[in-house]
Amino acid sequence: MNRSHQWRKIQGRSMEAVCLLAAVLAVIPLFAFLWHLVAMGAGAFSMALFTKLPLPPGELGGGLRNAIFGSLLVVGTATVVGIPIGIGAAVFMTEFARPATTSLLRFACDVLSGVPSIVMGLLAYQVVVRPMHHFSAISGSVALAFIMLPVVVITTQEMLRLVPHSLREAGHALGIPAWRIASSISLRAAAPGILTGAILSMSRIAGETAPMLFTSFGNPFMSTDPRAPIATLPHTIFTYAISPYDDWHRLAWGGALILVLGILGATLLSRCILWWHQRSLHS
Amino acid sequence: MRPSFHEEIPMDVSSTETPDHPVAGLAPHSGSAQRPRPGSAPLPSPRAPLGGPVRPSGPTDEQPGTAEALPALPMIAPEPEPDPDALPEDRYHRSTGRVADQLFRLGTGTCAAMVAALILVVILFMVKGSIPAFKDHGLGAILSPAWDPTNQKYGALTFLFGTAYTSLIGMAIALPLGVLTAVALVEILPKGPAKAISLAVELLAAIPSVLLGLWGIFELVPLVRRFEISIYKSPFGLRRLPIFGGAPLGVGFLAAGLLLAIMALPFILSVTREVLLQVPRSQREAAYALGATRWQAIRRFILPYSWKGIFGAGLLGLARVLGETMAVTMVIGNTPQIKASLFASGYTLASVIANEFTEAPSDLAISALISLGLILLLLSVTLNAAARIMLFYLNRSQGVPQGAK
Repeated sequence: MNRSHQWRKIQGRSMEAVCLLAAVLAVIPLFAFLWHLVAMGAGAFSMALFTKLPLPPGELGGGLRNAIFGSLLVVGTATVVGIPIGIGAAVFMTEFARPATTSLLRFACDVLSGVPSIVMGLLAYQVVVRPMHHFSAISGSVALAFIMLPVVVITTQEMLRLVPHSLREAGHALGIPAWRIASSISLRAAAPGILTGAILSMSRIAGETAPMLFTSFGNPFMSTDPRAPIATLPHTIFTYAISPYDDWHRLAWGGALILVLGILGATLLSRCILWWHQRSLHS
Repeated sequence: MRPSFHEEIPMDVSSTETPDHPVAGLAPHSGSAQRPRPGSAPLPSPRAPLGGPVRPSGPTDEQPGTAEALPALPMIAPEPEPDPDALPEDRYHRSTGRVADQLFRLGTGTCAAMVAALILVVILFMVKGSIPAFKDHGLGAILSPAWDPTNQKYGALTFLFGTAYTSLIGMAIALPLGVLTAVALVEILPKGPAKAISLAVELLAAIPSVLLGLWGIFELVPLVRRFEISIYKSPFGLRRLPIFGGAPLGVGFLAAGLLLAIMALPFILSVTREVLLQVPRSQREAAYALGATRWQAIRRFILPYSWKGIFGAGLLGLARVLGETMAVTMVIGNTPQIKASLFASGYTLASVIANEFTEAPSDLAISALISLGLILLLLSVTLNAAARIMLFYLNRSQGVPQGAK
């Protein structure tokens, strides 16, 4: 009896130790990545990264101005298209649709959000690039909007569902038309959460590379034309990373640092919005 | 959330606390919260006890007993004033409200229809795009190992094998690691460290796959190569085992599988954590009351309760890992071959599309690549749908995991 108790204790302790070891192992990749990123990226980080265009291999220096601008343009266009449609769909799901329709739409979004991004790229290729007969920034935006849409719908719907039903009932009791209830009560109450979701989905598509390969295609020069091929940051990082030139590797790490800083900044911003909102509620 | 929100509503509802709201209090008794039509029931005059059609002011109202409460209902929506000037304006507002409602409904409904259409459009276009390839070499070519677009050979078997192999390696690492970490976070660690670890792993999920691939090329692959060389030189003849055969290149299935494990880990961890958090407290208490150690409680009482949810998490993770493109493309070596060795280089469905699409020699080759994308799409849709349906029924039957998002 006593021995078995000892044995159980030892067994329990050792298995708990295994769990803790797993937890430590789980965080190692992040820190290994961040360590390497800062070590490599800091050396490449300079003003020139933002102001200069890339140079041919062999010439030292150069920057990623075209790619940074391209990413902003492509992601911005995708956001302008994707977020309103996503929010509209989520409003329809929570405010107007019947429960069966809502759960069907939600199921569609869940499945869509699991579709590999490269497949969405292939779709954008067939829908936009093929009719236009050439690669373009706009086709990249379309691909990113496809990727973003289900994510926006899901986060917005979750946020709208958190709005207590009694608030809507109060609106109905006052005879407010349904569209005003949706826009001035539900959406307004959920606004901070929706904004957070929108920022996070933007930061997610900002790092998408696979669909860019055959939609926006990349461009070593500065381009502002949405109908022409354009460089994007993740795609440029990919091309430079698999190139054999040390100088391009350096640029890739610099670009990686910019991208991570952007994504971390967006994540931080969204946390701040929520925190700020919560504080304003309590005061 | 509630208080400031009330301040923002343009209408004057700020003083109505929900539980005391007359409607909330009355709805169950009156059968419906609809406003009564004037003259539909012989209700006593509502103004008698309260003095005029005032707005409801909740807490200050004297609520008579439930039976007597009924007559108070009309005060919420007072009968239209017999004022001739007010009437047309009221009608005007109502009709614009109705038109605006219809428009709003139509607009948001269109958005929802677009989302629903997207999934059909994806499947439709992928099928349409791959028809030329299927017409040319038939469905059977999927299972042929030869891939040589310049000579019109489009077999998908090597890529299917590569995708399956790398995903299996990734899941074999990520699933146990994720589940054990989730156990540590929920059951063992105190709140502070647990929160820090889950935040760190969530951040890992936010890192784009191309950057993990970049890290993979410059740090992981050399590490893997060192490991492979040590196996190669090991005195026990380990290199004669089929899974350790081949030259120690660094790039290959092992490196790709490791990166996939890193990418699947945050996902599996967060879903499993949710599943474990849903296990009722009484389940734990029962275990401790029977004299179980903490580990026995986890092993015999908590994990059995969660297996189905964890299985769902695994399916979702697998669906995600299948379509991963960039990181895998950067470290797998991109050689179309079927080898059992972990150290051999290979090719996956997604990485062949990424590499060869813009350099495809013919329209037929493009169509063949799109058909590979169709396979990828069908795999991910099937896995996702299966996992969601399973988690849905689990939710309903046990009230367990809400975590799959």
